[in-house]
Amino acid sequence: MSYLRLAGQFAVILLLFAGVAALADWPTYRQVPPGYGVVMLTFVHGAERVAECRRLSAQEIAKLPPNMRRVQDCPRGRRPVYVELDIDGRPIFRASLPPSGIAGDGPARVYERFVLPASDYDLAVRMRDTGRSEGFDHESTKHVALAPAQLLVIDFRAETGEFVFR
Amino acid sequence: MIGAVRTALRYGFELIERPFERLFGPALNPLAQLGALGFFFYWVVAVSGIYLFIFFDTGIERAYESVEYLTYDHWYHAGVMRSLHRYASDLMVVMLVVHLLREFAYDHYRGVRWYSWFTGLPIIWLLYSSGITGYWLVWDRLALYVAITSSELLDYLPIFGEPIARNFIATGTLTSRFFTLMVFMHIALPLFLLFIMWVHILRISRPKVNPPRRLAILMLVALFAVSLWRPALSQGPVDLAKAPLEIGLDWFFLPLYPLVDMWGRGEVWAMLGVFSLLIALMPWLPPFRRAKPAEVDLAHCNGCARCAEDCPYEAIRLVPRSDGLPFPTEAEVNAAHCVSCGICVGACPSSTPFRRTEDLKTGIDLPDYRLKELRERVVEVCNGLQRPGRILILACDHGGGARHVGGRVSLPCVAMAPPSLIDYALSKDFADGVVIAGCAESACFHRLGVAWTKARVAGERDPYLRARVPRERVRMIWTSALETRRFERELKAFAAEIAQLAPVRLRSPLPPSVGPVKMAKQVAVAGRSKG
Repeated sequence: MSYLRLAGQFAVILLLFAGVAALADWPTYRQVPPGYGVVMLTFVHGAERVAECRRLSAQEIAKLPPNMRRVQDCPRGRRPVYVELDIDGRPIFRASLPPSGIAGDGPARVYERFVLPASDYDLAVRMRDTGRSEGFDHESTKHVALAPAQLLVIDFRAETGEFVFR
Repeated sequence: MIGAVRTALRYGFELIERPFERLFGPALNPLAQLGALGFFFYWVVAVSGIYLFIFFDTGIERAYESVEYLTYDHWYHAGVMRSLHRYASDLMVVMLVVHLLREFAYDHYRGVRWYSWFTGLPIIWLLYSSGITGYWLVWDRLALYVAITSSELLDYLPIFGEPIARNFIATGTLTSRFFTLMVFMHIALPLFLLFIMWVHILRISRPKVNPPRRLAILMLVALFAVSLWRPALSQGPVDLAKAPLEIGLDWFFLPLYPLVDMWGRGEVWAMLGVFSLLIALMPWLPPFRRAKPAEVDLAHCNGCARCAEDCPYEAIRLVPRSDGLPFPTEAEVNAAHCVSCGICVGACPSSTPFRRTEDLKTGIDLPDYRLKELRERVVEVCNGLQRPGRILILACDHGGGARHVGGRVSLPCVAMAPPSLIDYALSKDFADGVVIAGCAESACFHRLGVAWTKARVAGERDPYLRARVPRERVRMIWTSALETRRFERELKAFAAEIAQLAPVRLRSPLPPSVGPVKMAKQVAVAGRSKG
């Protein structure tokens, strides 16, 4: 095998590998346009149960197998969580979040991103997690200055029952 | 539709492969070594990964720093290893994609070949999963983007209670425990990948898992050169309070990630599902062609093992003798593995057309194209040849000579023709020259047909072409199905050479027998009497 042919083989391989190396991080990708930031609404929260626990009567308890006797009957299922997000008074997000799990007894969850131009905004977030048909159980408003590339997260803390902006 | 895509792809491969074959030669042609190169790059990734693990800190706070340390402070060994690790991984993807397309283009996925095709699907998923988990470990801005987008994709599936993506919304939500899990995944997935790669080649005889040494050295040197020229670097530390802006994406591992933003998660999952389903079902999509598998005739089999040695698909094995004949073993065909290429027929020492039994039989034969029919076809075709320069063409169905008109005997693979058939055609004065028209040298449709034929003709592999056969009267032309012009050109040149030669005079081991004309008549009579 001549050295020239060997050099040709090496050159071809090198060229291909150089192409592969170039495509390993180029061209670049922009997920968020320049001058924009991201507002993210995300939380995991379990609404109240679909019905209150009911005390079983003595007859009902007696009908149950001895190893499964209990005092109360508590339905597993949870209600959906209804959530709204307004930005500068404009409705941006409205959703009734179903409970997770096969039996519908898990928490509802939301994970939504909104890409916005960097600017000042009035955010209003509201949530209903009980059986009420009107009004909200939790709500919060905040004036924010969204910077370019900033990721502003709106979370919910069930322990305090408050929305958190961070 | 699929057929049109396949033809277009095949043309594309032909355009690239033939110049590669001229530059590298058939033995070193990288396009004929894609599987072996996949294994080679796997080992490069494995060795470089183990080396990097020595320096890598698996804690969430220290991971990025440790990667920066090995990249800059120890660039001359650990930094180079990092680049090798990344580029060899990318090259694995390249090998996988080209290998997949090539096997599709050359119709290497249907019939009994379904197994290798089907087991290639988990390889795709595992390779991508291995690479994606690797990008998390660097814990730079690209890692954050990959982590968030991957989590969002996974969260779309109703499997996890709490969205995984919520781990990346604020400092403190992500712990080193989660990070350690990713390290474990990045080790476990490639190990499982290696296992599936082994499963992938289980049904292939003599699988190429190592490229030729010269090619491997060239590849390794080129990898080092590229690693020095363009070292793999991180893209800045993670800031969970900031959205990933401009990211240098690895377009080999992450081409679908921008689609998540453009299309949505459900659409990307749907595309992946349809793609996987299509790949999984392709071997069974019409048109379904399958010839009957080879059959062993124990009366003519002495268990010599040549057929088992030559079978490219592990379809033949030797089992204890079952018919009482004084041989320890006999050949047994696994119909599920047999592709009816006939290479075993060409390997069987009983496959000699000189045998003068009334009903020519051999130890192993194809029910759809028996050796007897092959001999009859050779005689019939030779009868139609005109002097001077009568050329018999033993043509592979998948090569450039498959559509030649005149003097052609078609075979599923040229290695089906026993070398004695060439001797037979010349010694009986049926032809002045014999052309073996196979596939392109580095793209044998039945994997080993080209290699075995060359070795048999060269007298390097049993059964040999007898020494008395003048080699100037035998020409092997290796062309792809699309290289018909080149085939015709080489055939014409060979015919001109043969026309210059004196009539062939071989000393036949047998007494004078019937000539081609008379024998062809006998064949015709026999055919009519059958009908």
